[in-house]
Amino acid sequence: MLIKPLLDAGTAARNMAEKEARYAPQEALIESNRCLFCFDAPCIMACPTGIDIPSFIKKIANGNPTGSARTILTANVLGASCARVCPTEVLCEGACVVLDLEGDPVKIGRLQRYATDYVFEHQIDVLQAPAKKNGKKVAILGAGPAGLGCAAELAQLGYDTTVFDKKKEGGGLNTYGIAYYKMPPKISLDEVKMIERLGVKFQYGVEIGKDLTMPELEKNYDAIFLALGLGGANRLGIPGEDLPEVVDALEFIEWIHTKPLHEVPVGRRVAVLGCGNTAIDAVSQSKRLGADVATIIYRRGEDDMPAYGFEYELAKNDGATFHFHTIPTEVLAENGHVKALRLAKTETRDGKVQIIPGSEWTEEFDLVLKAVGQEKQSSAFEKLFPSLKLDRKGRVEHNPETMATSVPKLFVGGDCANGGREVVNAVAEGKKAARGINALLTKQNVTGPVQPSRYGAKDGALGSGFNHPIRVPELLAAMNS
Amino acid sequence: MADLSINFAGVKSPNPFWIASGPPSNTAYQSHRAFEAGWGGIVWKTIGDPIVNVSSRYSALNLGGQRMVGFNNIELISDRSPETNFREIKEVKDRWPNHAVIASLMVDTRERWHEFVKRSADCGADGIELNFGCPHGMCERGMGSAVGQNPDVAETIVGWVMEAAEIPVIVKLTPNITNVVYAARAAKRAGADAISLINTINSITNVNLDTLTPEPSVRGLSSHGGYCGPAVKPIALNMVQSCAADPEVGLPISGIGGIGNWRDAAEFLALGSLSLQVCTAVMHYGFRIVEDMNEGLSDYLDSKGYKSVADFSGAAVKSLSDWQYLDLNYKRVARIDYDKCIGCNLCYISCEDGAHQCIDLVDSAPYGLGPGRVPGKPVPKVREEDCVGCNLCSIVCPVDDCITMVEIETGREKFSWNDYQARLAKGEMQPIPAHP
Ligand SMILES: Cc1cc2nc3c(=O)[nH]c(=O)nc-3n(C[C@H](O)[C@H](O)[C@H](O)COP(=O)(O)OP(=O)(O)OC[C@H]3O[C@@H](n4cnc5c(N)ncnc54)[C@H](O)[C@@H]3O)c2cc1C
Ligand SMILES: Cc1cc2nc3c(=O)[nH]c(=O)nc-3n(C[C@H](O)[C@H](O)[C@H](O)COP(=O)(O)O)c2cc1C
Ligand code: SF4
Ligand code: SF4
Ligand code: SF4
Repeated sequence: MLIKPLLDAGTAARNMAEKEARYAPQEALIESNRCLFCFDAPCIMACPTGIDIPSFIKKIANGNPTGSARTILTANVLGASCARVCPTEVLCEGACVVLDLEGDPVKIGRLQRYATDYVFEHQIDVLQAPAKKNGKKVAILGAGPAGLGCAAELAQLGYDTTVFDKKKEGGGLNTYGIAYYKMPPKISLDEVKMIERLGVKFQYGVEIGKDLTMPELEKNYDAIFLALGLGGANRLGIPGEDLPEVVDALEFIEWIHTKPLHEVPVGRRVAVLGCGNTAIDAVSQSKRLGADVATIIYRRGEDDMPAYGFEYELAKNDGATFHFHTIPTEVLAENGHVKALRLAKTETRDGKVQIIPGSEWTEEFDLVLKAVGQEKQSSAFEKLFPSLKLDRKGRVEHNPETMATSVPKLFVGGDCANGGREVVNAVAEGKKAARGINALLTKQNVTGPVQPSRYGAKDGALGSGFNHPIRVPELLAAMNS
Repeated sequence: MADLSINFAGVKSPNPFWIASGPPSNTAYQSHRAFEAGWGGIVWKTIGDPIVNVSSRYSALNLGGQRMVGFNNIELISDRSPETNFREIKEVKDRWPNHAVIASLMVDTRERWHEFVKRSADCGADGIELNFGCPHGMCERGMGSAVGQNPDVAETIVGWVMEAAEIPVIVKLTPNITNVVYAARAAKRAGADAISLINTINSITNVNLDTLTPEPSVRGLSSHGGYCGPAVKPIALNMVQSCAADPEVGLPISGIGGIGNWRDAAEFLALGSLSLQVCTAVMHYGFRIVEDMNEGLSDYLDSKGYKSVADFSGAAVKSLSDWQYLDLNYKRVARIDYDKCIGCNLCYISCEDGAHQCIDLVDSAPYGLGPGRVPGKPVPKVREEDCVGCNLCSIVCPVDDCITMVEIETGREKFSWNDYQARLAKGEMQPIPAHP
């Protein structure tokens, strides 16, 4: 590869620093006092994990950050990372009634960060597993948010839980995939350690299907939770795709999380193909790591892009540029390295994107990042679990209440079940699956530490955010896509 | 423009706003600043035999991020000598002849009272205020609220003062008493020209949970303090109105306690005050707050067609009476404006847990969605037939004018508790059944 790191350590660290500072105690006091302490609050309904938001905010206002963190983490064990990575505008904060009263919602995410940071910084463990295990063993496949959500819940219910992951460390995309300026990997890794302290065992470097197979799992465990997420980037299917500087955007983002920031190679002129949230993260991080030009290339228009409006604004502020109605037709090379992209203008006719003949031109780039969606793990799953049913979009079919799959004892959650949503959905589904597993193995329905202040919502607190959409158009679009 | 000037028991002032006796009225320098800012009068920091104060004197009640909702002090009277105080009063009077300067006094023996009353008049003070209210430090020595809490003693001392007084005498009452009206009547009997109230209320604002000492802490030890500021306004209003409404008192009233803006001021005037005194709000924000007080009061009086402060004073005194005269047949119910409702459900939970269980959470469909309502989320609905009209939900609702208390025409004539008792006694009716 010809591309190189562009920034010194200081500049790189400054550019990639968390975009919002942690609240000082007085800021948290002022902000928490904006909360009305709603009864059966709409913000709770909009949180997929159903955190009792008014209670945790009240506890901050009352000078009890530990209790606040306890409320948060009992509902959502990844409360610290969710505080940073959740698209709060379309979740809790989008439903906050203060938005209607004052035009500006209570900053639920930042308050959540204040409380969770407090316990991590003071090394206070607010969650506890029972001293005596119940003698049942569960295997968790994948140490991402879904796996962690399930493992933590099971550990608290007394299960002997082991998490397997092919990577060197846990957290999944939370550790390797989130835009660095939203959350540095340390937060996610600290959460993994907290879950370890609950007695959950982690085995890294284990590839399911290769190092560990289904028959072994079925023999040794009472239940299995499948949370392997999605696969690599979809292929473009154009000439030049296999040149060394054509990189999966996720891989580029993973470099950022595994190398010192000033050692991450980045192009001077970066093209990002696609316009979802991953593309936006890739283009913003390219700019912040010193690219002169970072351009999104998207075959549809501004109004069609799947990325959230606020993510788009952020990328524009970072100096990213956008080619809408544009499609790459070829990656051009010089001496075996990326030199340029051949691009063409598109138009949408009858819902279909078509190239406008004669509109082609060439633009120079030295790094091309692919962000045109992640593959489903369909073929891997078919090999691993021959009788596992997938839906037509390649998602693992499951019972929405218990997360049970078509294979006995096998439960599923996270991106491989929902096709790719947010961290908070993965945690919620992991937790839901843990309860499903518990119901199967003990014939008992425990509600566990579900938040109490709900009234009138049809299903439990879990996952209700997307089941009860709030008015935000981006969210509705995300649901329908 | 309404006339803001007042003649308070003979003390003339360009407007009704006076600095109350306390730290802001400690020196000539502060008086100059206060008058420059627009205050009409100043009640000098209480003069007496100089005392010694402790360091660490104040503490406050903060509420929901709002500072100084209530304020507490363990300070005593002036720590400056009477000579300095009287000299500076003269200096201030010389420079501000048309403004009111009142000497606040607190001494013990008859002779000392005579002496201090005379010195006050000699230095040009427009009037005298007798501090019978300070709840800490001085009462242990038989002064302050030790006097104010005993109407007979107060009457005797006011009598001593009146023997020597050539300028108007205002008696400042303590709220630390079962019924302030008895103290006011005592002042009247002894010949005082006016009363002022309230002084501070006995208080402990908070306990530091690390050191387990209340604030203000003086080397690990605190003392009972005097409470004032916004939190005491309702108590002060109640006492002011009680004195204003009492037929035996009949004295001009200087209203004090939690006044911070023109609205507070107008309420004190409406309930029978003629002049107004402010301490805590000045300690919080400085003298400049008087600008809006003058302007706001003037605009208010104009908008309501009052010609002067005196014209307005007492306008609401008669709108209170004893409970037994209230109409038991009057009915109001809560009504929700669904276009304004934001869906916090505080009305629901407050009525459900804290009042009479007459709000239901129901399907929102027939009511339309308020702004930003989450689809599928229920809306509050008042069962009007069960609503007792207590006002609680309209008080907790965070949106202005979202819940209105609407009067329901019952078609029944006025019927008070007294009427009820009278008709019962005459055997004209059966007892009203108890609420189920
Ligand atoms: C670039 C990017 C940015 C994102 N930004 C946000 C954001 O800002 N906010 C947000 O809420 N969400 C964001 N998301 C989505 C979020 O990261 C995912 O929804 C979430 O991580 C899903 O969790 P999961 O546990 O289902 O899967 P993953 O996080 O993908 O975890 C799956 C785990 O399984 C392991 N694994 C996979 N295959 C095997 C195998 N064969 N053997 C062993 N282990 C295996 C992987 O190593 C991984 O650790 C982003 C996603 C991407 C791609
Ligand atoms: C620090 C402090 C000192 C005070 N000293 C006196 C005093 O010397 N004499 C007096 O009559 N009242 C004194 N007061 C009482 C005030 O004059 C006033 O009656 C009381 O504070 C209520 O008014 P407010 O709510 O505007 O402060 C003092 C109050 C405070 C806060
Ligand atoms: S909706 Fe907003 S105001 Fe109401 S509880 Fe939630 S955060 Fe607080
Ligand atoms: S207000 Fe003034 S006197 Fe009081 S502590 Fe502060 S600096 Fe000292
Ligand atoms: S308190 Fe007011 S805003 Fe809140 S639900 Fe009731 S009516 Fe609506």
